[in-house]
Formats: sequence, C-alpha cells, structure tokens
Amino acid sequence: MIIELGHFALILALAVAVFQMLVPAYGASIANRRLMATATTAALAQFGLIAIAFLSLVHAYVVSDFSVLNVAQNSHSTKPLIYKISGVWGNHEGSMLLWVLILALFGAAVAAFGANLPPSLKARVLAVQASIAVAFCSFIILTSNPFLRLANPPSDGRGLNPILQDPALAFHPPFLYAGYVGFSMAFSFAIAALIEGRTNAAWARWVRPWTLAAWMCLTIGIAMGSWWAYYELGWGGWWFWDPVENASFMPWLAGTALLHSALVMEKRESLKLWTILLAILTFSLSLMGTFLVRSGVLSSVHAFAVDPERGIFVLSIMVMFTGGGLALFALRAADLRQGGAFAPISREGGLVLNNILLSTACATVLIGTLYPLALEAVTGEKISVGAPFFNLTFLPLMAPLLIALPFGPLLAWKRGDIATAAQLLKVAGVLAAATLVVAFAYGQKGIWLAPFGLAIGVWVMAGTISELAARIKLGRASREESLRRLVNLPRSALGTTLAHFGVGLMTVGVVATSAYLNENILVLKPGEKTEIAGYTLAFKGISRAKGPNYVEQSGEFIVTRDGAAVTTLFPSKRLYDSPPQPTTEAGIHASWRGDLYTVLGDPQPDGGFSVRLYFHPFVRFIWLGAVLMFLGGAVSLSDRRLRVGAPSRASGKAATAAAE
Amino acid sequence: MRFVTLLLASILGLGFAFDARAVEPGEILPDAALETRARTISAELRCLVCQNQSIDDSNAPLAKDLRVLVRERLKAGESDRAVIDYIVARYGDFVLLKPPLNSHTLLLWLTPLLCLVGLSYVLVRSIGKPATRGAGAQAEKLTKAEEEKLRSLLKLDR
Repeated sequence: MIIELGHFALILALAVAVFQMLVPAYGASIANRRLMATATTAALAQFGLIAIAFLSLVHAYVVSDFSVLNVAQNSHSTKPLIYKISGVWGNHEGSMLLWVLILALFGAAVAAFGANLPPSLKARVLAVQASIAVAFCSFIILTSNPFLRLANPPSDGRGLNPILQDPALAFHPPFLYAGYVGFSMAFSFAIAALIEGRTNAAWARWVRPWTLAAWMCLTIGIAMGSWWAYYELGWGGWWFWDPVENASFMPWLAGTALLHSALVMEKRESLKLWTILLAILTFSLSLMGTFLVRSGVLSSVHAFAVDPERGIFVLSIMVMFTGGGLALFALRAADLRQGGAFAPISREGGLVLNNILLSTACATVLIGTLYPLALEAVTGEKISVGAPFFNLTFLPLMAPLLIALPFGPLLAWKRGDIATAAQLLKVAGVLAAATLVVAFAYGQKGIWLAPFGLAIGVWVMAGTISELAARIKLGRASREESLRRLVNLPRSALGTTLAHFGVGLMTVGVVATSAYLNENILVLKPGEKTEIAGYTLAFKGISRAKGPNYVEQSGEFIVTRDGAAVTTLFPSKRLYDSPPQPTTEAGIHASWRGDLYTVLGDPQPDGGFSVRLYFHPFVRFIWLGAVLMFLGGAVSLSDRRLRVGAPSRASGKAATAAAE
Repeated sequence: MRFVTLLLASILGLGFAFDARAVEPGEILPDAALETRARTISAELRCLVCQNQSIDDSNAPLAKDLRVLVRERLKAGESDRAVIDYIVARYGDFVLLKPPLNSHTLLLWLTPLLCLVGLSYVLVRSIGKPATRGAGAQAEKLTKAEEEKLRSLLKLDR
C-alpha cells in the first residue's frame, strides 16, 4: 500500500512539475506577479511529493518488502540496516529517484530562501528547474520505475554486491548526485538570464552560493569514491581514469572553472558570456555523466544497442537541454554587454588563465573518454584510452595552473603588479627549491619528474600561506594587529586560502604516492618475517571468523619498527553469503609519513600465503586536501556577502569588501 | 567511480575481477631492473577481457599470460619497444592504453592543443580591450521597482 502511495506521489510530482514549468514562465512573460508567485508553492509541493515517493521506497527496503521487484533484486533480509537504506540508491531505479529528489530539494531551497531574487528571475529559474524535473520524472515513470510489484514475491532478496557494503560508499552517491544536480541551479540561472536578456554582478552573486554548494558536494563525493577504492580494491589505487570516474571529474573541472569565472563577473562584470556558457556546459557535463553511467554505453557500444530504451531516453534529455541551452545562448548572447577591461597581469588575468587551463583539461578528459566510443561507432575500430594517455595530456595542463595559482590572489583587480607578488612569494620559492633539492638527493628511484611535482605542491601550500600572511601583515604589524586582521578577514578570503592550501596538499600526496610507492610481493609461511619501508612484519598465521553475512579468513602480522612494536594488522579475505562473492579487506596502518598497506593473497601449495605489502607515502594528503577544499567552500559559503541577497550590515564592511 | 562501474557490471550481468594489482610472487623476476621495466611496460598494456584495466592491475588469466609473456621476452634480451611491438602485432592497437598517433587518432591527440589555443584566443581577446560602449551606457538601467528596492537597501545600510 505504501509503495503504491509513493508511486502515486511521483506521478503527482510530475504533474506539479509540468505546471511549474509552464505557468510561472508565462506569468513572467506577461509580468503577472500572481502567476509568477505560483512557482514557489509548486516547487515546495514538488519537493514534498518526491520526498514521499522516496521515503516510501526507503520504507520498503527497511521492512524488506520483497513483493517490490526493486527490493527483491537489490536487498536481503540479513543485511545491516545502513546497507538496506543505502541499497535504495545502489541500483539504477532507486538512484534516479534520489537524483530527482535532490533536484527538487535545490528547487525548494530557491523557493524558500530566494525571497530577495527579482520575481521574474525567480519564476523563470524555477520554471527551468521544473523542466528538468519533468524530463527525469518521466524517465523514471516510463523506463525505470522502482515501484513495480511482483506477483509471486521471493522469500528473500538477491542482496547487494558485498564490495558496495561499505560506509564510505553508502554516502558516496548522495554527495555525488548533490554535486551533479546542484549544477542544475547554475544552468537554470543561466537560462533564466538569457530569457530575461540581461545579467549583472548581482546575478553572479546569486548563482555563486548554489554553484559553490554543488561543487563542495561533488568534491567530497569524488573523494569518498576514491578513498573507498583505495582501501577496498586491494592495492591502494585511488584513481583509475576509468570512464565512470571521468564522468564525475568533468563536471568538477568545469564547475571549478565556473566558480572562478563567476568571481570575475561578480566583482568586475567581465567574462559574462563565458560564465553563462560555462554554467550551461557544466550542467550538460553532469547530464552526460548520467547518460554515460546509466545507458551502458561505456561497457560497450553493443550493450547500448541491445537495450537502448533507457539510453536513448537519457540521451534525448541530454541533447534537449544542452542543445536548447546552447541555441538560446547563440540567440541571446549578443544582447549581453561585456563589462570592464583589464590588463593581462591582473586578478582577472589570473582567473582567465585558470579558466583556460581548467577548461582545456576538462576537454581533454572529455575527448579521452568519448573518443573510443565515437571511433568504434563510426569505423568499428576499437582503441583504448587509459591512464597513460591522461597522465601525458592532463598533467602538463595542471603544472602551469598550479605554478600560477599562488600569484592569482596576490594580484590586484584590473591591473596587478607581478614584481610585488613575486616579492611576497620569495619564501615559498625558497621552500619549493629546497624541496626540489632534497627530493633529487633523497629519491634515487621513482619518476624523474616527481621532485618537480613535490616542489610544485610545496610552492602552492607555502604561497597560499604567504598570501594569508601578507593580508594580515604578519611580522610587519604587531601580533595583536595581525590577529585582529585575521579575525576580520572576509570569510570568502579565508575559504580561498583553505581550498588552495588543500590543492597543494593534494598535489604532494598524489605525486609522492604515485612516484615513491614501495612494494613487496612475496610468499610467507607462518613464522616468517619480511621488511618494507623500515617496518618489519612477522607473519603469525591465519585465523577464521564469521561476520553477520560473511565468513572471513584473516592473517595476523605483527609490525615493528627498529625493534619497537608498532601495531598488529589483520588483512583478510571475506566470502559473503548473498550474493556469494569474495572481497579483500586490506590491513592498513596509517602514520604521518604514509600508509603501510597489507593484503592477504591466496594459499600456496607449500603451506605459505602470497602476501602483498605496500607503503604509500603521504597518501592521506590526497583526501585531506579534498576535505580542506570542502571546508574552504563551506567557510566561503558562510560569508554574509555570499548569502542570497543578504544586504551588508555596515557600510564600513562593504567598503573593505569592495577594496579587496 | 568504480562503484558505478560495479553497479553497471551487476546490472549488465558482467563479472568483473576487482581484486586488483595482480602480479603474483612467482611471476616476479629476480633481476630488479628487469622487473621494473616489466612493470612499466605492463602499465601501458590493456587487459583485453577487462574494462579499462592494465595487465598490471588485472588478475584475469589472460592478463597473467601477458605478464609472463612480457617477462619472457625481456629475459630473452629484447628492448621495451620490441616487447610492446610484439604484443601489438599479436593483439592490435586495442592493447595499448595510450593509443598511437595515426590518422584515426589525430583528433584525439590534437584536441587538447586545439582547445588550449582556441580558448586562449577567445578568452585573451577579452583582456585589455576597452569596453565597446562608454562606461555610462554600460550600467544597466534599473526598473522603477528596483530603484525603490535600492533606496530601501541603502536606507537599511545607514
């Protein structure tokens, strides 16, 4: 009964979305305030209805109602509760329902908190947002309905892939989707602005918090997926340039570019056209990510051709919104006036460089991901584009971006002074050079470019700190004065510092773990010892245990360093009941200099076990960096000036804001 | 992410071996320099029955065969280039994770460069160019309602 209620609520939500798409937009075109105002109610109602639909499916999972096809196919009665709930979005139908739920949530947030938006802009934004909801609700109802019943329910469900039964992975999709879908706000604002035929700094200020929120979610979502891959897949790989990873990385790159170009638009009214175009493209890339993952086209062109119904549907949605958005852009772009001019060496100039490099990087990932599919579809010829291609094309674009990064915030708007900036970055330069020398002297092995990578990471971190120090006059004013300046720093500036520092930290982590990975793969018998990266590991033996829905076999390794006990690690192999599938659980010991990573392999005929030991130097900096980027976004989001339409309280504050 | 690949795999009923980084103790060459070369080569070669995994990462039987083959050729004294050429001759360009530059992949390799040049041209044009209209004409004209709002906001600030 509850599931039918959910089904009905989803259909109602579609009806409401159709209304919300048409009536407020018509109201805006004839300047009728009452019709425009219906958008707010409709957006809230649409969210409420989709929430009912979603919760009814969650309920079916929690009570293990196997008369629902979707639950029977993806859940199991013995699964822990958290994985019953995460199982809702661990499958195609449920994840699409989560997608529209988040879409409606963003719409409802604009409806509830967008009181300061001009009524016509708000009505149009919500109408565009509703048109996306119409497309995806139809998609769910027509091709991917999670509410279907079974005539003969099975006694138990088929279960969730055990490798997915993991806390990081339980919350990875909601964040990822919040990121994807959050960029729909930027899209809706861009389309609404094109329809209105005008944009200004205020527009950029309205768009930025939504884009920032989406970007934060996507950042943490991607990081969670990568963290999961690191400890779950069995050797510490954290990024594979897999097409599905790329599908989430492209909107992230474009979204990062958008955040920076919107800044130029907000502060200087320049780059208007480019910012609007980026807003359209970022969401288009999110749609493309959904298409790539949901259509099956990635595994092979043939899988797509065999069951094209869903794929064609999502493809049509993608073409409609991307094509429609770009066509509107082409028609109306000429009406938008460009803002102020600026010298090449200026804050704007730096942000333009950021946009050129990030967008090119995004295009590179795009072509690398799609080219094999396109080539096979056109010529039938099969080629592979993998990590070596991306490392060769993507990394050279990142290097200049990171080298230029510390300069950006030090340059003034309109016309900056590179000599002054370089003066302030002297210490950072010295630290980077020292890193280079030490890395060359210390590391005989690894890739010869790696020391440069490490130096760039240190350069970004130190440069970011230098910029902060210059802002608060550290060392040049009294300690009290510096502290007062630090406290009074605009939150958005503090957010920038945090996020940029995170970028540097991540760079160090990526380079160090890629270039200086230690490994030791061997056969060990119980009682034997081995060494890696200064640690001594004594293999004690194997024990068997039973978990809630698996049996496991784990090895015991006593780890010592210079004779002192460090820890005991228990890498294990698990066999899950339903579906029956083996997984590998690594034993990991984390320290500030890196992770000791142990994996238990198969038993050997001579009574030993194959064992894989790795040492990943500084690997946690990768995710720590991502967390700092997320926090930077959060701090920036809490800035008064960014909050939707919040007026400045004191004119003095407004003046400092304008001056920076 | 891999997660979605897995979902996709389970939806499509494909079996994937995700127990990655597959080099087994018995395969490793005693000569460390040779083994390093073997690993570098392996990272460039695709496991033909997997999705987007190198033979170094995959524990599929075919990947193991290729790893052993690479090491045998290296032990026989062949250069890295010769080993790769030998495997490409047997399995085609599909086995290379970094496709070779030829008429069919020209667009793939050129796109990053074209994009860099094109975007630089478009975006750099906006630098240094004075606005097409005077500064006065640039400011958007406010509607009556907006003017009112501006007044009330200014009042609020005071």
